Amino acid sequence: MAKKVEQPQGKQAKPRNNLMRREIRWGLLFLSPWLIGFFIFTLLPTLASLVFSFTNYNPLHPDQISFAGLSNYARLFTDPFFRQAIGVTLRFVLISVPFAIIIPLGLALLVNSEHLLGKNLYRTLFFMPSMIPVVVNVMVWRGIMSTETGWLNRMLGVFSIQGPSWFQDERWVLPALTLMGVWGVGNAMIIMLAGLQNVPTELYDAAKVDGATSIQRFRHVTLPIISPIIFYQLVLALIGSFQYFTQAYIVSNGRGDPNGSTMFYNLYLYRTAFNFLDMGYGATLAWVMFVVVLLITIFLFRTQQRWVYYAGGE
Amino acid sequence: MASQTLSVPAKPRFQLTPRLRKLLPYITISTLGLVILLLFLAPLGYMSLTAFKTIVQVRDPHSQWLPASPINYTYQGVEYPLLLVPTEDGVQELALVRPGREESDYVDPQNPEAGIFTVVGRWRTFEPVYEFNPTTANFPTSWEQVNLGRLFRNTIIIATLGTIGTLLSSVLVAYGFARFRVPGISILFIILISTIILPRQVTLIPTYIFFRTIGWGGTWLPLIVPHFFANAYNVFLLRQYFRSIPRDLDEAATLDGATPWQVLWHVILPQSIPALIAVGLFHFFFAWNDFFEPLVYLQGREDLYTISIGMTQFNNIFNTQPGLAMAASMMAIALPLIMFFLAQRVFVQGIVVTGVEK
Repeated sequence: MAKKVEQPQGKQAKPRNNLMRREIRWGLLFLSPWLIGFFIFTLLPTLASLVFSFTNYNPLHPDQISFAGLSNYARLFTDPFFRQAIGVTLRFVLISVPFAIIIPLGLALLVNSEHLLGKNLYRTLFFMPSMIPVVVNVMVWRGIMSTETGWLNRMLGVFSIQGPSWFQDERWVLPALTLMGVWGVGNAMIIMLAGLQNVPTELYDAAKVDGATSIQRFRHVTLPIISPIIFYQLVLALIGSFQYFTQAYIVSNGRGDPNGSTMFYNLYLYRTAFNFLDMGYGATLAWVMFVVVLLITIFLFRTQQRWVYYAGGE
Repeated sequence: MASQTLSVPAKPRFQLTPRLRKLLPYITISTLGLVILLLFLAPLGYMSLTAFKTIVQVRDPHSQWLPASPINYTYQGVEYPLLLVPTEDGVQELALVRPGREESDYVDPQNPEAGIFTVVGRWRTFEPVYEFNPTTANFPTSWEQVNLGRLFRNTIIIATLGTIGTLLSSVLVAYGFARFRVPGISILFIILISTIILPRQVTLIPTYIFFRTIGWGGTWLPLIVPHFFANAYNVFLLRQYFRSIPRDLDEAATLDGATPWQVLWHVILPQSIPALIAVGLFHFFFAWNDFFEPLVYLQGREDLYTISIGMTQFNNIFNTQPGLAMAASMMAIALPLIMFFLAQRVFVQGIVVTGVEK
């Protein structure tokens, strides 16, 4: 809630001007760490990256750098690995994003329920695994999903289901990664919980008086009110899928195993730039990712008035 | 007619007492919650149990949940495996002396004087008898193999310096955004926020080349120094917090002749401890977890590795040695989990939410 700055009035203009100038100087001084950092670590590299994408830069032969025109961009259309990486990433989005919304929402509903005894303990414990370093997360889940000795397949065995060899099977590795991601929903759960707690109780009471069942209340009261938060999570999950790296790297030893099925976009970018040292093409891939993420974000923001409900208009 | 005379208090069969009806939702939801929680935390159970298993116990075809080994029974100086053998007198624990295809010879440890006797039945289908037999050897072994001590030291140094850097710089910048009327400051703030959606891969390659050129490749500096230039999330969180502190206080201090530094130090910061703790913890956890940047900048410098890339190196060895992997995992998460439980309020309530809400 920014208050209107008082306009300087004729008589006092001069001392006020001095005061304002002082305030600006102090303000810039305090902002300077970010201003400098933004310039050195964000603005310049972003532009340099764009420039690199038009070259064949290789750090082993920096002197042989030459202008490559649009050839890096043309290469995208014929590069089978690029197509594969996009395919893997999109498939992962389709499999994992619904879970990234539904599971935290379900958990938030659970730990928000007035009928759950020991709510705070549950909140803490559901949040806890998202504090566990990704490397450990991967190691533990690989154990859980190990073909013979893992608990998951043994549990399935109880129901006479022969579990797949999750991380070794190219058809099952993306579902396995999705399942693994369930451990990291803590943050999303807390944000959704905050959203649920913001739903005015009068609305529930009114719906109850009108004879709405609990499912109807969820559908027509809770969902519309928390839709902005679901929207926010959706944007985050989509952007996150394009940046998905660590899990894929560890699971596949950085090679996209088995058979390229975990060659996520970001992993391909890393390999291009840092294993094959083709930094010109790497910069191209990075910029394409940036543009795609930007387009997705803009697209989602455009569609939001269709399904996102904002109390009070905006 | 007759029906009317019959209608004595005909209670439905399952009439809950009002008390039970009130309790029922609590029982259902709490049970459901408990089941989901147990499933959710099962991997931690797997980790803790496997960490105490030997490789033989992990591979055991009858694999047990608990770290357990089959028991042998020594009869006349020779060890024989104990099996659960179904006999006429129920299932008995017998030592298998001479295995045969359809019938085998056993001895009863409860009554060895009775000597060897034969029981019909395929011994291969009988379960061995287990005893609880955990090993702690995985912990020292994996500590040595992964060089966890060095990894811990490296990670703690990087995380601590980065935390100091991000706290110092983000506080200054957030104070600047919260309290000073600089022309164009709202545009600057929008730029700051929009850097959140900028994928870091976009800046990665030039930044990497820049750090290599100034000789920082293979050092910790690229992992620490950039954090001294503030970061959008932290500035955002702190700015929101600073703005909730009434301005009257700093105006009063300014009238008394306090400089903006003094206002920040004596008025703003003392009231922002929870936000500062949150930002510090976020960064510490980020650094503990960070994978991409150490991978890129510390390539080939094993002595400088952090926990995350250091442990990944051993990922493949560990694949065949789940016990070692889980022991190392338990040690690697001990510190973050202790910190998390000490400060769980910061994460689970309040501050985190106020930061993201707007």
